Amino acid sequence: MAHDGRPGGDDNLEAAAPRLPSVCLVLPRALLSLFPDASREVELSAATVGEAIAALDQRWPGMRDRLCDATPRIRRHINVVVDGQRARIDTALKDGDRVHVLTAISGG
Amino acid sequence: MSKVLLLVGTKKGAFLVESNDGRRSWTIKGPFCETWPIQHMIADPAERTIYAAGGNAWFGPAVWKTTDLGETWTHSSAGLAYEEGEEPVANAWSLAVGPDGLYAGVEPAGLFKSCDGGETWRHVAGLRAHPSRTQWQPGGGGLILHHIVTRGDDAAQLWVGISSAGVFHSADGGATWEPRNRGTRADYMPEDQRYPEVGQCVHSLVMAPGGSDRLYQQNHCGMYRSDDGGRVWTSIEDGLPSTFGFPAAAHPRDPDTLFLLPLNGDINGRYMPDAKAAVWRTRDAGATWSALRDGLPQQNAYFGVLRQALSTDRLEPAGVYFGTGGGALFASADEGESWSCLAEHLPAISSVETLVID
Repeated sequence: MAHDGRPGGDDNLEAAAPRLPSVCLVLPRALLSLFPDASREVELSAATVGEAIAALDQRWPGMRDRLCDATPRIRRHINVVVDGQRARIDTALKDGDRVHVLTAISGG
Repeated sequence: MSKVLLLVGTKKGAFLVESNDGRRSWTIKGPFCETWPIQHMIADPAERTIYAAGGNAWFGPAVWKTTDLGETWTHSSAGLAYEEGEEPVANAWSLAVGPDGLYAGVEPAGLFKSCDGGETWRHVAGLRAHPSRTQWQPGGGGLILHHIVTRGDDAAQLWVGISSAGVFHSADGGATWEPRNRGTRADYMPEDQRYPEVGQCVHSLVMAPGGSDRLYQQNHCGMYRSDDGGRVWTSIEDGLPSTFGFPAAAHPRDPDTLFLLPLNGDINGRYMPDAKAAVWRTRDAGATWSALRDGLPQQNAYFGVLRQALSTDRLEPAGVYFGTGGGALFASADEGESWSCLAEHLPAISSVETLVID
């Protein structure tokens, strides 16, 4: 059986796939009131902010629409902060990141 | 004894205002929908379901739903989105129940349909595919689809009102559309361009009862009636204090009766003419008008009433209701002859609709 040079083989692909970073998302309380079953802090595995939000949507259907528009991008008045920096939907995540999802100043 | 519910959409949530068929005392419940700005609420009487359309500055557009008269609410915007790369849907502005589904109008202007009670939506893409779309310009409230008219006896027919693109009609359930603005003015255009095919600023679009093709339209520039489904519009503004206003409300049974709330003018502050509040009513399809003032403030009435904030109920005699930009809610249980104030300090009111439960 020929191999492509990577460790493992066809019968061991799962083990060969890169492990996704484990991160913790901290959700805003205003979002929790829309999804009463959701928790304030959510542990999940995701390589980017977009993947993390997709994972949230898997657990609580509709949550992605509340955080992102169809452009697709993070909604204008939602701030996602990783390592103290405002993140975008394609911002990469690394093991141990705490991802703060915040409601920005808005309204009147 | 019937229960009468007013469905009141406001800048800070949805409210339900309840009475019995005597319509003398009212109780106010709310705010619902997590105090989201709610542009429009309607009821599907057959399902005893109330829907609320709106958008939140943080969390975007959604249609809320309650099947227990406000005790519990859910929300969804699944499918309520344009294709990737297009300007995203910012707000849900209008709702209507058709014979085969629920419709939502959004900003920027477009139409969506749900066939599962608002759980999921699909884009009625034919409207935005109309070649005139490049000419659609936002009015003061944005590029909004704020009125949807359906026919209970014909699911194929749809009308929408878009500010400021005008009225459009579909005879095939939304696949294709044609503008229906002939006879309506655009005073803000150069003199030789005031009757374009599209670009008129419709403010309200309602269908008269009785199964005919009669429509009424309050426009930024005049008040109109059409007896042929909007193919031709005739001015019915003679006798009114102003050509400018936002809402119009049809009578539940009489196609010749209509209620309006003309304001003093588009560049004059947009409040009650002479700061004296009046609902204007015609009993003859717009040939003549009378002002109904009994019980309404006759001094310092510097308020406006928006596109969807005037409504009637189906009782006999019909109730008439309106909500102001200043958060006051007024009601008449006798077709506008006399009025009382139900609430003075609600948030700015966007819409008022009714639900009567027997």
